[in-house]
Amino acid sequence: MIKHKLVLRFPASLVEQPLIYRLVKDYDLMVNILRADINPRKEGRLVMEVSGREEKYQQALQWLRDQGLRITNLQQQVIWRSDRCTQCGACSVICPTGALAISRPSMAIRFYEDKCVACEHCIKACPARAMEIYLNNGE
Amino acid sequence: MGLERTYEEINEKIKSGKAVVLTAEEVLDLVEEKGIPAAAAEVDVVTTGTFGPMCSSGVFLNLGHPRPRIKITEAYLNGVRAGTGLAAVDIYLGATSLPPTDPGNRSYPGEFAYGGGHVIEDLVAGKEIRLEAHSYGTDCYPLKKIETKFRLAEINEATMFNPRNSYQNYNAAVNISEKTIYTYMGILKPDLGNANYSTSGQLSPLFNDPLLKTIGIGTRIFLGGGIGYVAWNGTQHNPEVERNPGGVPNYPAGTLAVIGDLKGMSPRWLRGLSFLGYGATLQVGLGIPIPILNEEIMAYTAVRDRDILTPVTDYSRSYPHREGGNLGMVSYAELNSGSITLNGRRVPTAPLSSIPGAREIALTLKDWIMSGRFLLSRPAAPLPSAGANITVKPLPQRK
Repeated sequence: MIKHKLVLRFPASLVEQPLIYRLVKDYDLMVNILRADINPRKEGRLVMEVSGREEKYQQALQWLRDQGLRITNLQQQVIWRSDRCTQCGACSVICPTGALAISRPSMAIRFYEDKCVACEHCIKACPARAMEIYLNNGE
Repeated sequence: MGLERTYEEINEKIKSGKAVVLTAEEVLDLVEEKGIPAAAAEVDVVTTGTFGPMCSSGVFLNLGHPRPRIKITEAYLNGVRAGTGLAAVDIYLGATSLPPTDPGNRSYPGEFAYGGGHVIEDLVAGKEIRLEAHSYGTDCYPLKKIETKFRLAEINEATMFNPRNSYQNYNAAVNISEKTIYTYMGILKPDLGNANYSTSGQLSPLFNDPLLKTIGIGTRIFLGGGIGYVAWNGTQHNPEVERNPGGVPNYPAGTLAVIGDLKGMSPRWLRGLSFLGYGATLQVGLGIPIPILNEEIMAYTAVRDRDILTPVTDYSRSYPHREGGNLGMVSYAELNSGSITLNGRRVPTAPLSSIPGAREIALTLKDWIMSGRFLLSRPAAPLPSAGANITVKPLPQRK
């Protein structure tokens, strides 16, 4: 069993296709949708956690790419620039998943990438602008 | 009466490398273990620190004269408006200043991506700064417009002068309304969604000398990574507030005006900030050494987060409309724990002042003193404290 968090971006023409159904039915994957941004006639974006057998997972990824989707790992998308971070805690009450959290008793901010769902709330909540998101570059 | 120690004795020990210096955190274990008299006998200096957003900050710049000369009446640094109204090429850049083109809150909440604080950070980082200046032209200052670039090292003086820094205590901010609000205390979620606070508690300079018995005009300090001095009391200095038996104010109280040479400072400790929906500002690193002149001062520096209280204040209505009152008192130990309890509900908390940064400043100052690079200065005059009968007045509103 492998488990990955992925960001899928798909063209407007595919918005009406039952892609997730295919992943479950044809590739026997477990799909947990963390965030979805889908509008008619616009590029769609799905953030999801996918688990299943490695072989099936790789086949599913290939199939999605063949359909015209762009796929990236979530971890590569949201970047905590520790050099910009001043170690205040403003983000910690804004982050809904605990990905940005204060370690106690040191009160240092830590970024737990595995908990991040790319909701982007931190981007503007961080006064030092230490959080960056890359969603528009391809794989 | 116990031990008495003078500034001169402390400085002699610093020069000979024998001074015992601890941070305001490190001293707590010592006092707990040995008690105040023994700790006072052992420790010469306690260092403090704070690294928080401080809006009342800025720099005086003397740009030097172009050829021909100009008497600047309007100035922009990287597009951010600087204050004029002094002599020809003296300007003041405030931390919250914005470019005239900034949309403000027209697209609410505004982002305020670049303001005075960011220019100060870029200046001190040695980056090239774009200057645009205008004037009406005179016989002695004929030039009417200039556009040029300069770096910090290329101008005559860059003096940081911050009229109000290092607040002694500050409200914990909450929002009791039904919509998210965007404040200088950060994003406050509706219906007590979070409580934001902004001091470094037991590390904070003015909590370690609550009655200002050692900190006065001329006190040498860590400012923005360089050396600065206490210039005066800060604006809205308000020493006449309720205090705990240890002298620590339960409400926002004392403030400091500080001064220093920007050219000796570092972008590590002067950081431009953007508060969503509020504006731009500057995060200032500031640390003050407390000389342990006697056991009384030692006792002040032994203050702990659990003994420092602050009011929880509603920023949706009470604060902006100056209605007064609060939703209860909480300690910094509670605030630092990650949540407080208000009206029987658990409210998550977040600091806006960097506590790891405050700790690093206190440790840096300790290192400077122990290595003999930084001597303590006896204040030229004290600052007004409890008993000085100073109160903060609102603005008169009349026709």
